[in-house]
Amino acid sequence: MTLFSSPALTAAGLRKAFGPLVVLDDIDLEVPAGTVFSLLGPNGAGKTTTVQILSTLIPADAGQVYVAGHDLRREPDLIRAAIGVTGQFSAVDNLLTGQENLILMADLHHLDRRVGRRRAAELLDQFDLVDAAKKTVATYSGGMRRRLDLAMTLVGDPGIIFLDEPTTGLDPRSRRSMWQIIRDLVAGGVTIFLTTQHLEEADKVADRIAVLDQGKLVAEGTADQLKALIPGAHVRLQFADASGLESAARTLGAVSRHDDGLVLQVPNDGSVRSLKALLDRLADDSIEVDGLSVHTPDLDDVFLAVTGHSRNEEVRIG
Amino acid sequence: MSTLSYAAKDSATMLRRNLRHALRYPSMTVSVVGMPIIMLLLFVDVFGGAMSSSLAGASNNATTYIDAAYINAGYINYVVPGILVMTVGSGSMPTAVAVCTDMTEGIVARFRTMAISRASILTGHVVGSMIQTMVSVGLVVGVSLLMGFRPTADPVRWIVAITVLALLALALTWLAVALGLVTKTPEAASNVVLPLFLLPFISSAFVPLATMPRGVRWFAQYQPFTPIIDTLRGLLMGAPIGKSAVIAVAWCVCIALAGYLWARTVFNRGPAH
Repeated sequence: MTLFSSPALTAAGLRKAFGPLVVLDDIDLEVPAGTVFSLLGPNGAGKTTTVQILSTLIPADAGQVYVAGHDLRREPDLIRAAIGVTGQFSAVDNLLTGQENLILMADLHHLDRRVGRRRAAELLDQFDLVDAAKKTVATYSGGMRRRLDLAMTLVGDPGIIFLDEPTTGLDPRSRRSMWQIIRDLVAGGVTIFLTTQHLEEADKVADRIAVLDQGKLVAEGTADQLKALIPGAHVRLQFADASGLESAARTLGAVSRHDDGLVLQVPNDGSVRSLKALLDRLADDSIEVDGLSVHTPDLDDVFLAVTGHSRNEEVRIG
Repeated sequence: MSTLSYAAKDSATMLRRNLRHALRYPSMTVSVVGMPIIMLLLFVDVFGGAMSSSLAGASNNATTYIDAAYINAGYINYVVPGILVMTVGSGSMPTAVAVCTDMTEGIVARFRTMAISRASILTGHVVGSMIQTMVSVGLVVGVSLLMGFRPTADPVRWIVAITVLALLALALTWLAVALGLVTKTPEAASNVVLPLFLLPFISSAFVPLATMPRGVRWFAQYQPFTPIIDTLRGLLMGAPIGKSAVIAVAWCVCIALAGYLWARTVFNRGPAH
């Protein structure tokens, strides 16, 4: 992670309402350059609205936003020159071929004709669209359209890319290939702002995740930090024999115990400090542990917990 | 490069895109040319005989309104200027549909997040549509010449006539762009521009105003298409033009300006319909 470089994107006090409906309610965001930031939330949480505001498509009602170092209000054109957007609904020209779509982008980026054609050819190759290059996009499958959409976004070599639910409606294989593309982009130094409804997706690709629910950020942190928020994170201790299990159970007190498998489940957030504390207590009583594994819940649990139970209570960590 | 030349470059890119659409999916364009040609065949070859004789009869009673001379010279010479205006009117349909389709799809949202001249999106549509419409006008002129249309205009009058048609095309195209922007579906867009195609029927396009009952005549006299058609007829056939030219140009400028301002306001308001 590039912890010390200036952030690619910051937002403070972002607000947006459509008539009486408050869609974004005082959102703060910070995305370090060269990382993947994921905005996670259910339908209607305000994810697309956030992307539309940050990508200069619609104005915010209030809030201070800087993208690529430029003030969103004062210098939207400088931001537009630095970003690329792949929206939820594919932004491709259905009546043109894949190649023509890419050359259209090259022309709009004012690339030299030869350079533009070469860039289009590279992207067709990179996104596995060479065979379909001369077919109109109307004939493309969902996965192909999404790849073309992203390829079009990349024509101008943007430093920051907004991906609004890039894998919605894709089959598992296309989804995995999209994840790989995202990883490759970040490896090349690009910053990604990704929205998703899929916890697995955020877990797989994002460095940091913010959970958006009904226009409010209800949690933010790394995938691991979010998982640790959930009551139910625990350590499984495996013992070689029943006497070890017995004495450990006595030492640790309230634990759930599975005598058949010689296993104890101890509530623990899995952090180094609390693990060390746990192991120190066992060592003090000279109890031998055969094996240890840390179990943290997946993001589904986090999501349910932070949106279902602690709704409107902001939990911020890290 | 300066901002202006970038704007010109972006507009040219958008124009190329729109022309490519029109060439690849020509059904709309074909119908723009097809409708007026069908009208021409219908009114000249089917109704033409009856029209000529009854108009000639009417002209004896109301010579101030009608130039019996060119009606007698053939109904086609009377009707072609109106058909040319209808050609321009029907050209607004593909424009409105194309703009509406563009707005309902994601591609324009992409354009809005790019550092390009925003005006180029609409400019590309307007210039593209005008080119298509003027090509259609050329084809309709060609067909009418083949059918026996014998204009008396000299080259200067031809150029003025074409300029009037181009001005009308500019006006109706901007209006169609605005209508395409405010309608939510392409179907609605194609319906909402229908009056631009139908209004010439209640004008001096097919029959002189003098033959109409009073209420209809009043409407026909003061609607924008009549002075435009009369101006064209004057230019092409040598009929007296009078005040029509000034009124025609005023209508075109007003419609163009209103359409442009309306379209610009709606487009700048934002991406959502």
